[in-house]
Amino acid sequence: MTSQTIDDVQFIEPIPKRNYLNVEYGVFSWLLTKDHKRIGILYLISVTLLFFVGGIFAFLLRLELLTPEGDLFTSDTYNKLFTLHGIVMIFFFLIPAIPSALGNFILPIMLGAKDLAFPRINLLSWYLYVIGALFGIYVIVTGGVDTGWTFYTPFSTQYSNTHVFATTLGAFITGFSSILTGLNFIVTTHRMRAPGLTWFRLPLFVWSIYATSIVQLLATPVLAITLALLMFERVLGVGIFDPGLGGDPVLYQHLFWFYSHPAVYIMVLPAMAVVSEVVAAFTRKRIFGYSFVAFSSLAIAFLSFLVWAHHLFVAGISVYSAMVFSFLSMLVAVPSAIKVFNWTATMYKASVSWQTPMLYILGFIGLFTIGGVTGLFLAALGIDVHVTDSYFVVAHFHYIMVGGTVMAYMAGIHYWWPKITGRMYPEWWARLGALLVFVGFNLTFFPQFIVGYVGMPRRYHAYAPEFQVLNVLSTAGATVLAVGYLLPMVYLLWSLGWGRKAGANPWGAVGLEWVTSSPPPKDNFHETPVVTWDAYDYPAFLKAMKETQHV
Amino acid sequence: MSDAALPEEHPHHPFLQHHFEDMGQQHEASTLGMWMFLATEILFFGGFFCAYAVYRTMYFGAFRAGADHQNWRIGAANTIVLIGSSLTMALAVWAAQTSRRKLTVIMLILTLLLGGVFLGVKMYEYHSHWEEGLFPGTHFTYVDHQHPELTKGIELFMTFYFGLTGLHAMHMIVGVGLLIWMILRAYRGDFGAEYYAPVEVMGLYWHFVDIVWIFLFPLLYLLHY
Repeated sequence: MTSQTIDDVQFIEPIPKRNYLNVEYGVFSWLLTKDHKRIGILYLISVTLLFFVGGIFAFLLRLELLTPEGDLFTSDTYNKLFTLHGIVMIFFFLIPAIPSALGNFILPIMLGAKDLAFPRINLLSWYLYVIGALFGIYVIVTGGVDTGWTFYTPFSTQYSNTHVFATTLGAFITGFSSILTGLNFIVTTHRMRAPGLTWFRLPLFVWSIYATSIVQLLATPVLAITLALLMFERVLGVGIFDPGLGGDPVLYQHLFWFYSHPAVYIMVLPAMAVVSEVVAAFTRKRIFGYSFVAFSSLAIAFLSFLVWAHHLFVAGISVYSAMVFSFLSMLVAVPSAIKVFNWTATMYKASVSWQTPMLYILGFIGLFTIGGVTGLFLAALGIDVHVTDSYFVVAHFHYIMVGGTVMAYMAGIHYWWPKITGRMYPEWWARLGALLVFVGFNLTFFPQFIVGYVGMPRRYHAYAPEFQVLNVLSTAGATVLAVGYLLPMVYLLWSLGWGRKAGANPWGAVGLEWVTSSPPPKDNFHETPVVTWDAYDYPAFLKAMKETQHV
Repeated sequence: MSDAALPEEHPHHPFLQHHFEDMGQQHEASTLGMWMFLATEILFFGGFFCAYAVYRTMYFGAFRAGADHQNWRIGAANTIVLIGSSLTMALAVWAAQTSRRKLTVIMLILTLLLGGVFLGVKMYEYHSHWEEGLFPGTHFTYVDHQHPELTKGIELFMTFYFGLTGLHAMHMIVGVGLLIWMILRAYRGDFGAEYYAPVEVMGLYWHFVDIVWIFLFPLLYLLHY
């Protein structure tokens, strides 16, 4: 290699005056846009809003749990609060967050395409998301819903007097938004790759999002039909799931988890997608074991369909099937561990630069590992029976969902912020934010492992007084976490006007998104790029860039 | 650009969307998109079929008795109508591909008519079930006098009957809407050897909806023998 580093190869041509942000103006140029980048931003704004709605519910829950007595909310209100927290965070934030917001923006650029295969369907899927979310808002404003986010029958169909129908309808509609996004990504990945961009030259982001899309496409319709049957039962009073009318409530749980366990991977596979990109960019190395990481995404997607009944270990399924599902659940740990080991191996002996995205990703790797290993505890039958419906479970899935997905989402936002907006965020403040999130997160959720293991059940507004110390710690952590999430809102918005202008490739990373200008032009590239380098192949990328510069 | 007046080497097809390189890429994207959508649909119906299988095992006698309330002759005739519509649909795709405008329009109209006949017959069947008090829920007044213990199970069977065939009919109605749009476009002369993906995609959808019925007919009408 020559002494010239990748940072020296910048675009000599001046940054074009027209980019996707200023090519046209006005509200309708956004609301009727077919540009995947603008739709990505629409998603970014809407999921951020709903993240804060869900966050407010979380904060109210933690506030109630400061004291052992149920003194802030009645038990009915508390039921509604944790239900709404779960529904908003899962259906309206975690599932669309990374694929629909960041994926929408970055995936077509990574593929060297001008847009997704079906731009109008892409816009439709945002509108479906918004309609679903409006149902959610309607429910929140008019009195809430108290079934838990799982809508277990027969409570949800026969006994609950809250807005079950409107909520499930909202989740149903949002499901189709998720399906259409997945469909669009799959077709785009198959049919719209730039010349020279073979499958094994794809960034690992694309592999992981592709695997996510398969799960979205094949699991979400099962939730849709399950919720449709639930609405059918609730409105007509027929006994599909109500044992009093001859139905089978366990069948509901089977069907529900046939979607909702794979949905965990809809949330975490895109997070893994971001991790691979950030690790490669900030270690300046090719990801160790590229093809293993790529195929482990597909393996996770495949195995995710075979583990759903581990949510039913105490629901009366047979010991034999429980053992089978216990074994299959442990298998998922294998591809997940392959990823973690390969990311770690990539960092080994690399000169790592500790910018904000990398800090979040380090947080991800640690927290995801804890979340994953406690997942193995829960896959083991005996321990699961012991800790079912305790705070141990709550802590476990928050380590995956918040410690994993939200950390990676924050990393992705910071990593691609210069590409999306053309501006750098303030590094010092961002590092502080990452630190606050990491500390706040652990303080909030680590005590829940302990308090759950010693017997505090989830979903009650009152608890035994001996649990108070750990709950106070947890609430204190939630406060720090809230500051950690609000801080980026402030400095990212600030950077829109006053942030340093970003070059085409501020991180010196490999990838088609770093070839085009920041922010990209409307059609992403001035001419269709030709890919001559493998993913994260720094020397080859440098050579290709130099050739295009010196023609 | 100043060279707009110059003859281009590959003149752009009027229906080529700007983000595709050529008509071939656009065609492949459209058909793959529909296949992916059908994969979703299979799982959508699949969940319903799965629930049907569970309750058929749980309430075997009642589901057999339930199937006795279906008129298999009407069902069989409707199956033939639907298969006929699949044939005309396939011919419409072929006609569009070989640039036979008139034939495309005729075949699409025939498909529309056969689809309409199917839906009409279905309405008649729904009406007679309603009259018999077999519509599940508060309107369910039917009592099996020979085996009163089966009544609850028969209501469950009818829930599945109306649910599954209703979902299928909804897909048919969407298909009819799409057909009308295709007929207008075919009449306008949009389609030809270069560009017939919309008709082909419509065909894939229509055949899928037919195949769902091919499964529904034996499950709901015939499985009492």
